[in-house]
Amino acid sequence: MSEQSERPIRVLVAKPGLDGHDRGAKVIAQALRDAGMEVIYTGLRQTPEQIVQAALQEDVRVVALSSLSGAHLHLFPAVVEGLRREGAADILVLGGGIIPDEDIPVLKEAGIAEIFGPGTLTSTVVDFIREKVSQSNLNSGSKT
Amino acid sequence: MFDQDKLAELQKQNQAYEEKLAAHTKKRPERQEQFTTDAGIAIKPLYTPCDLSDFDYGRDLGFPGDYPFIRGVQNNMYRGRLWTMRQYAGFGSAEETNKRFRYLLEQGQTGLSVAFDLPTQIGYDSDHPLAKGEVGKVGVAIDSLLDMETLFAGIPLDKVSTSMTINAPAAILLAMYIVLAEKQGVPQEKLNGTIQNDILKEYVARGTYIFPPGPSMRLITDIFAYCSKNVPNWNTISISGYHIREAGSTAVQEVAFTLADGIAYVQAAVNAGLDVDEFAPRLSFFFNAHLNFFEEIAKFRAARRLWARIMKERFGAQNPRSQMLRFHTQTAGCTLTAQQPQVNIMRVAFQALSAVLGGTQSLHTNSWDEALALPSEQSVLLALRTQQVIGYEIGVADTVDPLGGSYFIEKLTSEIEEQAMAYIEKIDQLGGAPEAIEYMQKEIQNSAYTYQKEVESGRKVVIGVNKFQMPEQRPGGLLKVDPAVAERQIARLNRLKSERDNARVEKILAELRRAAATDENLLPLIIAAVREYATLGEICDVLREVFGEYKQNIVF
Repeated sequence: MSEQSERPIRVLVAKPGLDGHDRGAKVIAQALRDAGMEVIYTGLRQTPEQIVQAALQEDVRVVALSSLSGAHLHLFPAVVEGLRREGAADILVLGGGIIPDEDIPVLKEAGIAEIFGPGTLTSTVVDFIREKVSQSNLNSGSKT
Repeated sequence: MFDQDKLAELQKQNQAYEEKLAAHTKKRPERQEQFTTDAGIAIKPLYTPCDLSDFDYGRDLGFPGDYPFIRGVQNNMYRGRLWTMRQYAGFGSAEETNKRFRYLLEQGQTGLSVAFDLPTQIGYDSDHPLAKGEVGKVGVAIDSLLDMETLFAGIPLDKVSTSMTINAPAAILLAMYIVLAEKQGVPQEKLNGTIQNDILKEYVARGTYIFPPGPSMRLITDIFAYCSKNVPNWNTISISGYHIREAGSTAVQEVAFTLADGIAYVQAAVNAGLDVDEFAPRLSFFFNAHLNFFEEIAKFRAARRLWARIMKERFGAQNPRSQMLRFHTQTAGCTLTAQQPQVNIMRVAFQALSAVLGGTQSLHTNSWDEALALPSEQSVLLALRTQQVIGYEIGVADTVDPLGGSYFIEKLTSEIEEQAMAYIEKIDQLGGAPEAIEYMQKEIQNSAYTYQKEVESGRKVVIGVNKFQMPEQRPGGLLKVDPAVAERQIARLNRLKSERDNARVEKILAELRRAAATDENLLPLIIAAVREYATLGEICDVLREVFGEYKQNIVF
């Protein structure tokens, strides 16, 4: 039996900052849940610190951040840094929202694994998470 | 409306047509197994008088400018004056936004619409820790009257109408506008404009709430009461379906939830002792123009007839102005694609046309590049020109409600109205809109997810996303907000705090704190506070102390 079917992947879907647009976050949350993952949604207006704490408490493998307000360059890297400080650098961090192309390399450099913009199919995100998580399980060797 | 004998004859012919059609489609299947609107209302191949057999012109349609206003709120609609072309704009600092405003006015725009940044909308000054990264991003940063003075520099407030997308702190921005006008020598009685001031949809769909529902509703009724006596031409609220639709609702849910919110505001004001015919004429609405063309037109018409009936029958409003639903429209931001973005120009044009055919009072057309960034000056100009083509070149504004009487449109209008009414009854059973926030969120979320699944399965076609894709390069020339704006804004705020009379600010804030705990109308004190250059954040902090803050229940 594969690790995946034994233990579902736990994902925190989070809305950092003051942005109130959560249609995308909720659609992604629902799609990941339908794909068999365990999903926790933070609700609106979370600080990066709150998101880091929630990720640790909920023991998630993945944090999916969504922002449409243009504050991503401040907020997304702050979550990655917070996780590193807490020794949780292995948590996969993804971003979505209205992110200009030129910001994507900056965010990847800061440790965001991938950015998913408007028009992304939810199946693309599901596949990406599954692949990354199983890769990291193979690499660590301990969880299979 | 139709002669019964002739109708019976027609029904026979219609039946024969349907049989012939069934035989035909058996041999040659139609493009789709079934046709529905985006809200899932079945669409037949043909509509005839048979679909409107109990239709009564006088009762169901009537004349424009008269109850139930389905054909329009003015007797000659756009033959008198076109709708107000009002582009929502705001970014960075007050100086930059002032430049964009003046540019739009020079290009023939007829009203202003202010976009505020998120800290302003949530009642934080630009130096608040939670404002970090957000200052000037989705709109202009306003901390005090000083910023408003810059924002409207060179724009005479007795000559323009101004709409402000501000909700939780609406009373404060309105107070700033009133004092600003006073400084320009314009009395408040002469001011024209709108504050959004619709907190219920913030809880449901948009997210810029501050205080809990009780005190929020009190601030709203304070505004109704103050304006009905002092700012008689001001639209005291813009009850908004726009964001409900953007969050994923159907057209039916948009009408239902918006009018349910409207009912809650009217009820709250009546409970506070106001006379319905004193404040209801200044209520206004705000809807989305989405892609399903005929459904959107029918939606606008259905909303008008339903609201007229609610105001007359439920609230006993006598003044026709209390019964008429006046509305602003914005084209649907959520339908803009990042893929092949110039296709958005076409989407926006059709959406705008549906709003005009639906009888809108004012209109914002989105810019083609908005799935990528805030719109550039060139793309905003093209969006404004789209409205001007509709208004000046294609003749659709030359007669009133040109689609009224279409068998399909009238049938669809009635179906949307009936389904929306069923939702409103459900919300009534739950205790009204303030008690039904989570219910509405759940309904919207289910619709959003259904829509996404339809896009992913290909049942719902989105050009460039799931059909007719092609490799492409992202366009250049997108607008970028100057990252230094936050620093400049904070420096400006610090300078203000060192230059104003802080003792007077403290005194008026203490007075506001006292009054907030009573049921005294807070508008006069808020006006006095902004006149002393108390900041938005300071005033909201006082109110937070007394009112507390709203905590969202996570519905998922």
